[in-house]
Amino acid sequence: MIYRLVWENLKHRPVRTFLSAIFIGISVTLILTIVGLSRGVLDDIQQRARGTGADIVIRPPSSAVLGFTGNMKGGEKLEALVRERPHVTLTTGTLVQSIGNFQSITGINLKEFNAMSGGFNYREGGPFQRPDDLMVDDSYARSKHLHVGEELDLGNGKKWHICAIVEPGKLSQLFAQIGPLQEMYSATGEFSAIYVKVDQPANIPAVKEDLKEQLDGYQVYTMEELIGLISVDNVSLVKGFTQVVIGIAVIVGFLVVLLTMYTAVLERTREIGILKALGASPAYILGILMREAILLAVCGSLAGIIMAFGSRYLIYRFAPPFLSQMIVPDWWLKAGAISLIGAALGAIYPGLKAARQDAIEALSYD
Amino acid sequence: MIEIRNLKKIFYTGEVEVHALRGVDLSVAQGEFVAVSGPSGSGKSTLFHILGGLTPPTSGSIHINGRDLLGMTDAERTELRKTGVGFVFQKYNLLPTLTAAENIEIARDIAGRKGPRSAQFEEIVKLLGIAGRLDHKPRALSGGEQQRVAIARAVVNDPGLLLADEPTGNLDSENSVAVLKILVDLNARLGQTILMITHDPEAASFAHRIVRMKDGRIVH
Repeated sequence: MIYRLVWENLKHRPVRTFLSAIFIGISVTLILTIVGLSRGVLDDIQQRARGTGADIVIRPPSSAVLGFTGNMKGGEKLEALVRERPHVTLTTGTLVQSIGNFQSITGINLKEFNAMSGGFNYREGGPFQRPDDLMVDDSYARSKHLHVGEELDLGNGKKWHICAIVEPGKLSQLFAQIGPLQEMYSATGEFSAIYVKVDQPANIPAVKEDLKEQLDGYQVYTMEELIGLISVDNVSLVKGFTQVVIGIAVIVGFLVVLLTMYTAVLERTREIGILKALGASPAYILGILMREAILLAVCGSLAGIIMAFGSRYLIYRFAPPFLSQMIVPDWWLKAGAISLIGAALGAIYPGLKAARQDAIEALSYD
Repeated sequence: MIEIRNLKKIFYTGEVEVHALRGVDLSVAQGEFVAVSGPSGSGKSTLFHILGGLTPPTSGSIHINGRDLLGMTDAERTELRKTGVGFVFQKYNLLPTLTAAENIEIARDIAGRKGPRSAQFEEIVKLLGIAGRLDHKPRALSGGEQQRVAIARAVVNDPGLLLADEPTGNLDSENSVAVLKILVDLNARLGQTILMITHDPEAASFAHRIVRMKDGRIVH
């Protein structure tokens, strides 16, 4: 019967109930979107790292995990040294040049890169022919509505000619020939990273140790180590940001339910008096309010999960192409629990106010 | 059934001390139907609120079926309201979001009586003539029907005492008589002890006995 009363109370003010659930849902969507985005972007980076086909990557001494910025002076000489080490079968250097908005062009030696990665799958066009040729991956081309033969201004004072649209998943979204790119950015002979292929997987650790000895101060990772580092737990910025969003979601849920329940208690003063006259204990009254808050949070969580699919579509449709949101079912319960905590906290004060209400005063309330 | 001796109640409005009851003495036998009349401010409602366990007395003694209300804690008075006392109000006080049946059932629920409707529930509903109106919400019921639902809710847990505060105050004469006859019927058939506040001498005449109050005392 108490659930019937709870349900009828929520139905009694459908607009208020709907808006409360939607606001709780927005906070759930916020959590699912941030977690989904973090995972989506990092998963994309992991896929691209795997797509190189390399076993080991060498990066400049002060390079960050997610940033390939910072160049190795004399990178070509370093690559030559690495190529001569035992068990190393292939090497290729790349130059990553930022073009703003978290995007970058990656300069590659196409022949070497193809040998290491297995080559690009061309959706349109073909390999570089001109110094200003640019290959873009399919997701970038789709988001920018690009086709082969078109010119692309990336805001770096140079117009690029689209020579190919390739299958995504290999290192970057935008590829240029490394020579012209080095020249354009006055980085002749410099690399941002050197990728290394080893003859046998079993030899990877030994080669890594050898390279660390040879290249003092440089960061040398096996590809699996690098991929392991590209995770939400290892990227403190993403982790911190997610925690902030979770905090905001709890506060939003708390405030929405506090306001909704407080209004409901004021509105239902007389009804609370009736229940008290019938012998309802403070716990019974508090239980009604808490159940209403929990039901709101459950409905809000369901709405939030559905809205997360909407946010995914909007990000896919309108956000920069490097942003991709994953659907994260393993976070549905967590996000729901977070909204429940916020809702339960928000219901405590109005619930206690209702539970402590004087029955006689409440009954005379009009 | 009810033994009240020198019952006093003082409450405060701001800094003003209000002596609502100034020494009430009253005895009501089991199965008696007593009307309490008197002008506004005479202490009738306060007496009812104390008898119903809604507020504690200040001093004196008050026993219902041997239980002393004076020393009761809030929790004990809450327990008293669950099954010991039933209320009928002038404004019916039904929960607007529930149907008539649910308004009655919630009283059982609060009293911890879960499960399907009891034979007593069906009997009361039949006795009050509301069997065909149980699925309607209060807004779809007439004043008389709402008051009958309120009476059913008050007696569904078989309380020892039924307190009716101006039960006909919002009803036309036809419905008033119908409700009063129901109270008489409940009293006669179930042996229900009833105390009824009323300003209406005609309503009071349905009771076995009329008690008058003035200035916080029973005058005769």
